[in-house]
Amino acid sequence: MKRKIVILGATSAIAMEAAKIWGSRSDELCLVARSDDKMSALAQDLKTRGAASVITIKSDLSDISAHPILLKSIESQFGAFDTVLVAYGTLGHQKRCEQDFEEAYREINTNFLSVVSLLTPLGNYFEKRGDGALAVITSVAGDRGRKSNYVYGTAKGAVSIFLQGLRNRLGKTGVSVIDIKPGFTDTPMTAELPKGPLYVSPRVIGQGIVKAVDSKRNTVYLPWFWEIIMLIIKHIPEFIFKKLSI
Amino acid sequence: MLESWGRYPKSKPSKVHNFWWLTDGLPHTNYPLLPHGQGRSYGDVCLNSGGTLVSTRLLNRFINFNKDTGVLRCEAGTTVADILKFSVPLGWFIPVTPGTKFVSIGGAIANDVHGKNHHIEGTIGRHILQFELLRSSGERLICSPSSNVELFKATIGGLGLTGLITWADIALRPVKGPYIQEESIKFQNLSEFFEISRSTDSKVEYTVAWLDCVASGANLGRGIFMRGDHSQRPAKRGDYYRESKLSVPFDLPNWALNNLSVSAFNFLYFNKQQTKVLNHITHYEPFFYPLDTVRGWNKIYGKQGFLQFQCVVPFGNGSGEKAIQEILKAIVADGSASFLAVLKEFGDIPSPGMLSFPRAGITLCLDFAFRGERTMKLFKNLHSIVFANGGAIYPAKDACMTPEEFRMSFPAISDFTQYIDPAFSSEFWRRVGGGSL
Repeated sequence: MKRKIVILGATSAIAMEAAKIWGSRSDELCLVARSDDKMSALAQDLKTRGAASVITIKSDLSDISAHPILLKSIESQFGAFDTVLVAYGTLGHQKRCEQDFEEAYREINTNFLSVVSLLTPLGNYFEKRGDGALAVITSVAGDRGRKSNYVYGTAKGAVSIFLQGLRNRLGKTGVSVIDIKPGFTDTPMTAELPKGPLYVSPRVIGQGIVKAVDSKRNTVYLPWFWEIIMLIIKHIPEFIFKKLSI
Repeated sequence: MLESWGRYPKSKPSKVHNFWWLTDGLPHTNYPLLPHGQGRSYGDVCLNSGGTLVSTRLLNRFINFNKDTGVLRCEAGTTVADILKFSVPLGWFIPVTPGTKFVSIGGAIANDVHGKNHHIEGTIGRHILQFELLRSSGERLICSPSSNVELFKATIGGLGLTGLITWADIALRPVKGPYIQEESIKFQNLSEFFEISRSTDSKVEYTVAWLDCVASGANLGRGIFMRGDHSQRPAKRGDYYRESKLSVPFDLPNWALNNLSVSAFNFLYFNKQQTKVLNHITHYEPFFYPLDTVRGWNKIYGKQGFLQFQCVVPFGNGSGEKAIQEILKAIVADGSASFLAVLKEFGDIPSPGMLSFPRAGITLCLDFAFRGERTMKLFKNLHSIVFANGGAIYPAKDACMTPEEFRMSFPAISDFTQYIDPAFSSEFWRRVGGGSL
């Protein structure tokens, strides 16, 4: 079955890798991101791989006030779609967030509030359709608050809870609501961080996303071993956890 | 810490700059720049201690593909694996491939890589129609055999020193499917290898031999000669690309690879084939990329890494054969085991690249676990045999040739230096005396 896919934050390294696979399967794609140059480079790649059609819509997704217009242009330019991947986000700067609420607010606005602003109409859209896939990239950082990135983690964890509720609401329809939780990924977002052995390439995550959408998963950790790591981390008693530096 | 595939020498760039979009610019810095693709060269040509590496790891989008001519335009960080995954189902194959598919196209051009079909197709540089070169001045130059010709020639095999290749046009070749009709023939010694190699029909596209370089005495130079052509057989459903499933997750200890384990491997590998001649159809993956099956195989050599030795010696009325014999004897005498020894005869098809390594003659390629002084001494010895016979050493694999040996390997070097981008340099380049050449 050919899909008709909207990717919000299409030029993120992870989203691009998923898009390449969808393109090579001759799916139809609607790319949404901030930069026309980057989107056109990706669109050319996808057309070369065999995408049935690719359109691009420029938008700053953290700007909530622009969302109604964005959704209208998707509807008018791309038509009805059956798959959405929400892939944008910022890693932010934890230390600055601790000192400055404005910074923390921006982080929570981009990674949580703006996502809810999109998922609200999209949830209704899919509810009416009765089928399709709504996949959102969150993070393993949302599973437990840690001092190194708890503002980002709060926003991502909140999205995960929102998705649980939405999934429950749509549970009796044919719509799959998929929470994608990548671990450490070597992307421009993490370019400034020192890399350990657990880092994987965005390609691995992209492949995992396509597979999760195909198999209508609920929550998926990418790569799989993060499910085990997070299971352990979630079960460390708080009186010990609060003294750890992990 | 950033490593080349051989993991020797260890190196620390002061910065890694991610060049991930064609519209990006080069960073402004006082330190020398060096493009870095997949880091699959072995020694230090892809390293830049104290400088800035310009990474093309995510500069890997296709730009367009002409289904009639097979010309693919892609960004320079695109790997051979990316290309094959895309092109084989459409009936196209990379015209020249090195022994791993995990190299970037930019890196393949910068090292002017060769493959098992060198005697027919030459190096990859012959199949690159044009590319864009970004210089530190900000200029973007289209280089081809008809425009910016000298920079085109200097950049092919130019070790990343002439600027950053941002995209390239590569002419793919048509194939019917993913299979290779392969014939493998066991040989007991070097002269038998040369007999088989020379009696092989010159139209057979791919030829290479694996050597058991632990075997000594009567078995010195025994091995398996492999030759093959693209098969006419179409693909079985979905059998276009095989993902590797195995990987080496951590460094093996130093003692894991020793004469005993390597001898055992070589004995089994040589004797796995029961008959002298074996004909079969195989997928291109095991034929071209046997080592890609195990991801991170370089970790088997342990933390200290390994050195590769790849030389070419001209045929020279039989002196080439003798030189190879001498090199093998020196390795056996030293007791340094290498279980990845490859022998091939290069053809005489010239590359456009000024510093292209392949040339008419015999090429031999081996690995050695790095054991400090002892390994360096062995290499010195091997190099002296190579240069006494008018040979050359391959920079993409090298970590120890001297400035003088580099000049002997590449007489065109004096012409080349004028095309170097003044902001670019590499650890290799500084080691072989770059700047003073």
